[in-house]
Formats: sequence, C-alpha cells, structure tokens
Amino acid sequence: MAATNTAGGHLSAVQTPEEQAGQEYFDRVIAEDSRIEPRDWMPEGYRKTLVRQVSQHAHSEIIGMQPEANWITRAPSLKRKAILMAKVQDEAGHGLYLYSAAETLGTPRHVLNQQLLSGKAKYSSIFNYPARTWADMGAIGWLVDGAAIANQVPLCRASYGPYGRAMVRICKEESFHQRQGWEILFELSHGTPAQKQMAQDAVNRFYGPALQMFGPPDDDSPNSRQSMAWNIKRFSNDELRQRFVDMIVPQAEALGLTLPDPDLKWNEERGHYDFGELDWNEFKSVIAGKGPCNVQRMQRRRQAHENGAWVREAAAEYARKEAAAQQTADTALIGA
Amino acid sequence: MSFASHDSATKQSAGIAITAEEIGASGVTASEDVANYALYLGDDALMLAQRLGWWISRAPELEEDIALGNIGLDLLGHARFFLTYAGTAWGKTEDDLAYFRDEHEFRSCRLVEQENGDFAQTIVKQLIFSYYQYELYRRLVESKDETLAAIADKALKEIQYHQDHASQWTLRLGKGTEESHRRMEKALFYMWPYVDELFADDELLTRLAEQGIAVLPSSLREDFDRRIEAILAEAELRVPAVDGAWGGDRSGEFSEHRGHILTEMQVLARQHPGATW
Repeated sequence: MAATNTAGGHLSAVQTPEEQAGQEYFDRVIAEDSRIEPRDWMPEGYRKTLVRQVSQHAHSEIIGMQPEANWITRAPSLKRKAILMAKVQDEAGHGLYLYSAAETLGTPRHVLNQQLLSGKAKYSSIFNYPARTWADMGAIGWLVDGAAIANQVPLCRASYGPYGRAMVRICKEESFHQRQGWEILFELSHGTPAQKQMAQDAVNRFYGPALQMFGPPDDDSPNSRQSMAWNIKRFSNDELRQRFVDMIVPQAEALGLTLPDPDLKWNEERGHYDFGELDWNEFKSVIAGKGPCNVQRMQRRRQAHENGAWVREAAAEYARKEAAAQQTADTALIGA
Repeated sequence: MSFASHDSATKQSAGIAITAEEIGASGVTASEDVANYALYLGDDALMLAQRLGWWISRAPELEEDIALGNIGLDLLGHARFFLTYAGTAWGKTEDDLAYFRDEHEFRSCRLVEQENGDFAQTIVKQLIFSYYQYELYRRLVESKDETLAAIADKALKEIQYHQDHASQWTLRLGKGTEESHRRMEKALFYMWPYVDELFADDELLTRLAEQGIAVLPSSLREDFDRRIEAILAEAELRVPAVDGAWGGDRSGEFSEHRGHILTEMQVLARQHPGATW
C-alpha cells in the first residue's frame, strides 16, 4: 500500500511521454506545496477524488438548506427571519461556487445533480437530522457550521486551485454563520427558562452528530492518507475533531450550556480535552440512508427538481428561439 | 463619485444607509394617519416576503432559490422599515406589529396573500406587484414625509431588480413552451381579480395624498396598465378578461389565506410572549 502512495498516487503503469512530463510537473507542484490548475495534467485518481469531494461538499450545502429553510416562515422576530433567509441563500451560493469548481474538473453540473438525485452521491449525514425547534438554528450554526469551518479552513490551502479559492470565500461566510448561531444560543440561554431548555436540548441533539462530521476515526478512514499525500487534506479526521472539541468547550461554558458527554474533561498531560467514544453505529446507519430525515431530504430535492422541469425546459426553449431569431436578423442584415 | 445611475440592480446610494434600527432610534414619531399608511405598505411587503421565503430550497434552479430568496429578503427589509416607523406612533416595535396583531388588524392587499402556486403563479404575482410597487415608490420618493421618502428611495432600487426578474421570467415562460405559456395564462386568470384592489383609494389615502404624504393609488393605474400590457404583449400573453374580485380595500376584508400565513409566522413568538430572540 505504502509503495503506491507517492505524491502522484500512480502505479508504475506504462505512461506516454506526455503523461510522464505531466506526472513530473504534478509531482513537483505537490512537492513544492503549490497549486494545480484546471488545465494542468493530473492523475486520474486525483481528479476523481476531487470531483467526489467537491461535489459532495456542494450537495451538502444544497441539502443543508432544508433544515434551516424549515424555520424561515416561523422565525420568531423579523430580524432573525432576515438573517436566516440570508444564511440559507448563502448556502445556495456556496453550492454554486462548489459546483463550478467541480465543473473545472470536467464533470458538468447536471451530471453531479443527477448523482445526487439518484442517491449515488453522498452529502454530509448531519443534514439527515431534523431541525425541530428554533434553538436548532443556533445549534446548527454554532456546532454544524463550526465543525464545517474546522474542516474547511485547511481546505483553503488545498492543492487544487479552484477548490482552495472557493473555500476562502465560503469560510468567511461560514464563520459569520457560526457567530450568528452562537448568538442565537446566547440569547436563548440568557432568556426565559423555556428558552434555555430549548437551547440545551438542541445542543444535546447536535453535539454527537457534529463531532461525527469529521468522518470516521483515522484507523477507519481509507481515503484520508492518499488525500493527505496530494495536499488536498492537511490534517487527519481525529486531529480536526480534537481541535474542534478544544474550541467548543469554552464556548459552551460562555453560553452557560453543557455538552452531553460525561467523559469530557481537560487532560493536562495532553493539553487537550478528552472526550467519549462517539456512536459510530449510528453514524454508519445514517450514512447508509437510515437517518431520521434521509428520505425526506431526498424527496424534497427530487420534488423541487421535478416540479421545476417545465420551467427549465421553457427557459431553454426561449433561449433557443431567441438565438434563432437573432441569427435570422443577422442573416437579413448581411443579405441587405 | 455618483451612484445615481439607474441601470444596475446593485447600485448604491445614500438611501442604502437606512436601517430599521436607525428609524426606531431616530426619535421621529409618525402621526396616526402616517402610521396607518405605513402599515398598508409594510404589511404588503411582509406578506409577500413570507410567501417568497417558502421557495428557498424548492425553486426550479439553484439560481432561483437565490433570486426569490433575495427578493423576499428585500421585501422583508422594506416591511421592517415601515413597521418600525408605524410603531413609533403607538410605542410598538416591528415585532409587536408583525407577531402580535390578529388577522383583522393587518392591512395587506389580497394579492400578496395568495398562495405561491406553481412557479408561473409566483412570477405573475411578482410581475403585478413589482410593477405596481415601482409606480408607487417612484412617486413616494417625493413624499413630504421624509422617512417615507427615504424608505421609498432605498426600496425603489431593489424593486427595479424585482421588476426585471419578473419581466424576464414572463418573457421566458410566455414564449417558451406550450406548457409554460398555458401555465402563465392560467396564473394571470387566477391573479388578475386582485389587481383592482391595488389601485383603490380610500379616505386615509385621500387625506394623506392631499398633504403630499401618500401617493393616491388610482393615480398609478394608467402607467401600470400601459407598462404591464406592453410586457405581456411582448411575452405573447394578454391581460385576462376577468372581473375584479369584490371586497378587500384594506378595510379589514381579507383573504382566507391571511389566517394561515399568520398562524405559521406568529406561532413561535406567541408561544413565548415577552421573550427576546
């Protein structure tokens, strides 16, 4: 296994001289920790890994709109409603940048969308949990967007240029979202007893799934090693998870809320917080499609797509007619 | 540097600095009449924003999730300005007015309360309403009430974009496929009965118009008709031959939909009266 894990990730298969030159350039760029751009040669595995990762990320943004959109019509103040609408809109925007980044690797958006709709492509399993109360808007912002940022900040340095650059903008907006989420919880935890209870309940439900967003433990994460060799991934799942836990413990204290883990305690020796084992069976079954909202999320996405088919057809037909009319006009002009 | 150009949807001007918080903190107090007028304008914007918010995550394309969300967000902003200003007359906040008034106390027109329906119905609603609002706000910027004029100035720039969005889709759907054309005809048929109400004058409006504060809705009709007929003709559609629906003149005669909209919008706030969020 280790022998194949060169920066290029290639087996010593027969390469054409062009491929060899491309491979050499690619290996040099990776060794220099510089950036690969869309027109550069890249190993097929690198391309595939990126398309998978970037499109999964895009799909997560799009499916992730749903739990929050669930509260737009019921947001408890007009200001909160405005912030929430803007946030869900940002997520659609993130989806668009990411689909565009994936398209630079040669897979068109409609193909990626089809992979999502058919169930072939995955998205972050956190979005298969329901957003039951208003406090979930806070917990999703603080914990889910917080975990996403911890994952994504290192991706700003990903070796693939368009992905890294998309992540820079996304991270800026995500950190804004995280602060908003924290502020929702702060307001609730300093509000009435019922509001505080609502906040605690939301944190209890989202803590474990948020920690699982970093992926399985390192010894059970088959793709991580290659992604690290390619400078796509910079830190292991467990490293990022630890970093996240260390970050949120003091934040939870500032909120006056507790985290639902009896094993959570400061380890002086390690200089980190220890935390309990996560429920990986739950994680696997949610990924396998058995989470509380997997079916509902896919149903909504498919319905939106199906209900919009006639609109997209009309837009395409209109564009075709306009182009034809323009061509006729141009021809007439030349003829005159 | 000048930002006065009217050819871009993203242009900025001094008016953009206005926020609901600033109106609340400005110390300006609306008279009872002006406050009631602000409710007409604010409630229309609020109901339509509430409807548009539903589309986010359900639109035909991601670009439309963003566009409809953006339009809803603009309208919600306008609603916040108007309700905050109205509230100064009664010592109430925007949220007091949005969340703790009952159905009969709202002053929205019936058009904005109609269901989203299919995408065509939403577009037709947006077309009618943005063309009406454009005529209204381009006059309201001259209002002798400085706060209303400032809000109109900010809103007008956004409404030009809303108008453009609705117009572009009207053309695409009107001239696109047989199905899209048919859906647009149906949508026009179902929404047009609520057009007359937009242009109905009443005692309050007449009184305020005489003082140069409000715009008399009837004065907008001619321009509205001319412009909307033109865009519909370009889209190979026409104004349907249907009568206006009787009733509704902002007097408290409201649509059946209003109660459902408010039930959903107000539920959480009313479960926790007195709470802050």
